[in-house]
Amino acid sequence: MLETRGVTKSFGGVHALRGVDFALTRGEIHALVGENGAGKSTLIKVLTGVHRPDSGTVRFDGAEVEFHRPADAQRAGISTIYQEVNLVPLLSVARNIFLGREPRTRLGLVDVAAMNRRAAELVGSLGVNVDVTADLGTLGLGVQQMVALARAVSVDSRVVIMDEPTSSLEAKEVGTLFDVARNLAARGVGLVFVSHRLDELWRLCDRVTVLRDGQRVHTGTLAELDRLGLIAHMLGREISEVARGGATEFGETHLREQEPVLAAEGLEVRNRLHGVGLTVRPGEVLGLGGLLGSGRSETVKAVYGALPVRSGSVRVAGRRVRPNSVPHALRAGVALLSEDRKAEGIIPDLSVRDNIALAVLPKVSRGGLVAEKRIDALVDTFLRRLRIKAASPAQKVRELSGGNQQKVLIARWLCTEPKVFLLDEPTRGIDVGAKAEVQALIDELAEQGLAVVLISSEMDELVEGADRIVVLHDGTVRDELSGDRRTSAALLEALAGVAETNEEGGDD
Amino acid sequence: MTERLATRTPPEAPDRTRSRRIDVDWVRRNGVYVALVLLLAVNVLITDNFVSEGTLRLQLIQVVPVLIVALGMALVIGTEGIDLSVGAVMAIAAALIPLYIGYGTLVAVLVAVLAGGISGALAGTLVGRVGVQPIIATLGIMVAGRGLANLFGGEIKSIRDPGIVELGTGSLLGIPYVVLIAAAVAASAWFLVSRSTYGRRLVAIGGNQRAAELAGLPVRRVLLVTYVLCGLLAALAGVLLAARSQASDPTKLGLLMELSAITAVVLGGTPLSGGQVRIAGTIAGALLLQLVTATLIFHDIPDSTAQIAQAVIVVAAVYVQLGRKKAKR
Amino acid sequence: MTATVEAPGQDRTRGRARIARVAQRQGALVILAVVVVAATFTFDSFGTAGNLENIALQASFLAVVALGMTFVIMSGGIDLSVGSVFALGGVLAAWGAGHGTWAAVLLPVVVCGAIGLVQGLVIARGGLPPFIVTLAGLLFARGLLLLISDEGATTYKVPPSSAFRELAQGSFLGIGYPVWIVAVAFSVGGLVLHRSSYGSTVLAIGGQEDAADLMGLPVLRTKVVTYTVSGVLAGFGGLLMASYTSSGVTVLGVGTELEVIAAVVLGGTLLTGGAGTVLGSLVGVLLLQVIRNVINQIGSLNSNWQAVISGTILLVVVTLQRWLATVQRE
Repeated sequence: MLETRGVTKSFGGVHALRGVDFALTRGEIHALVGENGAGKSTLIKVLTGVHRPDSGTVRFDGAEVEFHRPADAQRAGISTIYQEVNLVPLLSVARNIFLGREPRTRLGLVDVAAMNRRAAELVGSLGVNVDVTADLGTLGLGVQQMVALARAVSVDSRVVIMDEPTSSLEAKEVGTLFDVARNLAARGVGLVFVSHRLDELWRLCDRVTVLRDGQRVHTGTLAELDRLGLIAHMLGREISEVARGGATEFGETHLREQEPVLAAEGLEVRNRLHGVGLTVRPGEVLGLGGLLGSGRSETVKAVYGALPVRSGSVRVAGRRVRPNSVPHALRAGVALLSEDRKAEGIIPDLSVRDNIALAVLPKVSRGGLVAEKRIDALVDTFLRRLRIKAASPAQKVRELSGGNQQKVLIARWLCTEPKVFLLDEPTRGIDVGAKAEVQALIDELAEQGLAVVLISSEMDELVEGADRIVVLHDGTVRDELSGDRRTSAALLEALAGVAETNEEGGDD
Repeated sequence: MTERLATRTPPEAPDRTRSRRIDVDWVRRNGVYVALVLLLAVNVLITDNFVSEGTLRLQLIQVVPVLIVALGMALVIGTEGIDLSVGAVMAIAAALIPLYIGYGTLVAVLVAVLAGGISGALAGTLVGRVGVQPIIATLGIMVAGRGLANLFGGEIKSIRDPGIVELGTGSLLGIPYVVLIAAAVAASAWFLVSRSTYGRRLVAIGGNQRAAELAGLPVRRVLLVTYVLCGLLAALAGVLLAARSQASDPTKLGLLMELSAITAVVLGGTPLSGGQVRIAGTIAGALLLQLVTATLIFHDIPDSTAQIAQAVIVVAAVYVQLGRKKAKR
Repeated sequence: MTATVEAPGQDRTRGRARIARVAQRQGALVILAVVVVAATFTFDSFGTAGNLENIALQASFLAVVALGMTFVIMSGGIDLSVGSVFALGGVLAAWGAGHGTWAAVLLPVVVCGAIGLVQGLVIARGGLPPFIVTLAGLLFARGLLLLISDEGATTYKVPPSSAFRELAQGSFLGIGYPVWIVAVAFSVGGLVLHRSSYGSTVLAIGGQEDAADLMGLPVLRTKVVTYTVSGVLAGFGGLLMASYTSSGVTVLGVGTELEVIAAVVLGGTLLTGGAGTVLGSLVGVLLLQVIRNVINQIGSLNSNWQAVISGTILLVVVTLQRWLATVQRE
């Protein structure tokens, strides 16, 4: 139904796509996978009219089409749902669904009553219960994603492209999303599904196309492919090699019986945390588990002083840290690798060097002047130690790959010689190679005696990487898994148990 | 095994495109100098008496206020801010001189410059602590400030104090004091931006304020200092302008200066989106702006045409700087 | 199966947020009411029909300009050229009045609209920042004004016989035409904003431009239209002024753009775009005008106090808005 033939696209000489053939048939759910930089996003943007191919053709219903703008693709019946919800937060749900196609009264004005009624019907039919007159921005991310889907449904799309729609959803919301997707497929809509969470592919999709370095390397049904086989295609390696390497393996941990270096107690954040406490010993990796909105990120931010706490205390190496002050937390030896690399991490237009040295500026300055040589030495050490791939220390960070940007940020925090390292989703959105490196590094740091708090949405990463897992729900600690209970099954149970409790009680 | 997986490097741009990108970059960085040299050359060829001590001296003297204000503005723009109040601050400073001249030249000058610092502190507090957008905070100060200047100053007052007169018209080794002061300000600004911890922090905040906060940078303090510096420099420019004209006219002095200063900074290659400060570029931008005006005056081109020409130059300069790419708002 | 899991206590917070939001959007209205009531009791001459009508009339010129600016700011942009375009519109109208009433009306509207159109095209197609483009527009329009007025030396007069004078000097039911025009313009503006897809698109662009683009909304066209309308309205404000004063005053409009922006922001429109009301902008303009009038009433007070007070009120209001936004978020 929708296909590309020999599509090539390059940006400033870099080939993002090289002669890609891709075909989507009616009523199928087609997975599109590949490492970061493999060309998935570019292919999607070609299909949706954001980019135009340098050569090759896009065919829709057997006829060649040329989309100049996203609007052209939409008119043709191709809708897209993006990873970050691309709707307007200050407008109501109903307005978002009908933006650009509002029902009109006889006078040509927007018929608000009809719009709200139809919007309510639509979201209702998707199994979502929400006030359609509320501003979108006041709703949870999961609901926003459903609204995006409702918008796609409302235009009677014949193709729906979903670019990592689940990355910010809770398990339950993912279930709803998948139900709706299957429903659409049954109606003859073709769906393209992109996700980094490989497990989801087998749950949802019929076929898969694998891209690598801008080329299509495999297309086939998912049923005849196992996880290892898929990863082998993505990485371009033999299956035996991948199996030996083990994409998410952490080494042994050496936990010593020592006094905790981080001890947080009774952290209270308005509407977010209700008395969370944790302790971490030197050399220990503490995993923080929980569903979206359970307060994982809020907990580490509160410890770091980046989220105002109403009460509670944080002690580092026995000494109390002044609350709500990032500089004090830093000085006490706490570092936070934030989950949002772009918004809260890198300074895109500064060099690799300046990004690394940012948090230690006072330390490498004398009398208000920067000691360049000390920075050079520091940066040099970390570029080598973390194997950061940059043309030179003067290269702008924005030009690096996601994995290398992440390593630059890790270097920034290691420069501060932290005692406690809080890592919020350190491997999200980086390619498999860099991911393994980051995981190995975490292990290495712990071995050297650093106390690590690790947040991850990937169960494997948490179970294999952490010595102990604290499970949060609704801003409170609900469970702690250690020793024999530190397994995927137990973690799943803990998360699921939490969900049940929520449905029964739900009063706190 | 980590090493093996990590040997894949991100795709590198082939050399051909890299050189083209450098060309655009080069124009963006050096276009202002090229334009300045070209315009100088054109004037040498077509303007009578252009290459004379008197003409060049006059040009330098005339560029001083814009240059000093633009340097402060460049710092503010580097933080992704803007300061619309500079013109009004100049007027306030100039209006204060006749009021305090009775206490001596030095006191009068200090009071005037200090007033600029206070105004800057207000802007810095509103922006850094309260979180008001820079354009609105400084717009309010601009409107109120111009009113205050008029209240202090009333009508045009001439300044006869010998100290002030000397400051405005005297010179050292043949170089006017005002030019020396501007040079000193420029050198300090360059040093601050390129060598100091403050400068490093400033561009980091302009590049990504949230990330800078999380890296433990004293964001509020840096913003406060930046707006205070901008206010001090604007006030200094106001004092020098009043000293040169030996008069203070609170309704007119510094009018539209914010626009000239922003133009100079942007011409000089500092992006309005912050994260970079180009001091040398700003100096060249101010000189270019001055030379454009002067060229038009030399050739008796009326104000109207001059303004239209300036409009076209501004748009063209920004267009070149964006490298024909779409800029994010 | 429902996907919404509401956190407890959300209702209460939402209620507070709503109050904060009303205060944020209607803060200027509250201040306006307070000032008007206070002034009515303090000065006998303030509350008279004549004075109130005068305030409305004086405010109407800026109000027209503010309407265009409201849409520009709601789309996440800014238009610094309106002051110069306002003045240019006045001069063109007065000059055109010598050639007939239609020339007086059409000339400024067409020329100012064209300036807005070009600005819109450069901003939308060229991707240049609105701040810079309209700053250049400010210079350009002022230059054009000087060009047609012999460097500002000539002040064109509207011929005494011209029907053009009637536009701003005439009245209906005892209320001047400009006030009626503003009432109609703002009603239409409100309908366009809330009940047309153009209005939704403006808000969507201001709220999240990338999203609007990806949703397939006509982002470029909407921006071009918005700046064009701003140019037309600024020119129209100028022509009303020319009709009112019977001449094309060349020195008008310096700093008007800032006064208009202040009025729009006072009216609760977010400078970051995406939210606001046209009525708020009208309130903002009225507030500035009432302050001016009150200061005139006091008489002994130097008229420069008007600027000081307006500027201070702007700072206080935006500070309150920030504070209320924090309350809303919690």
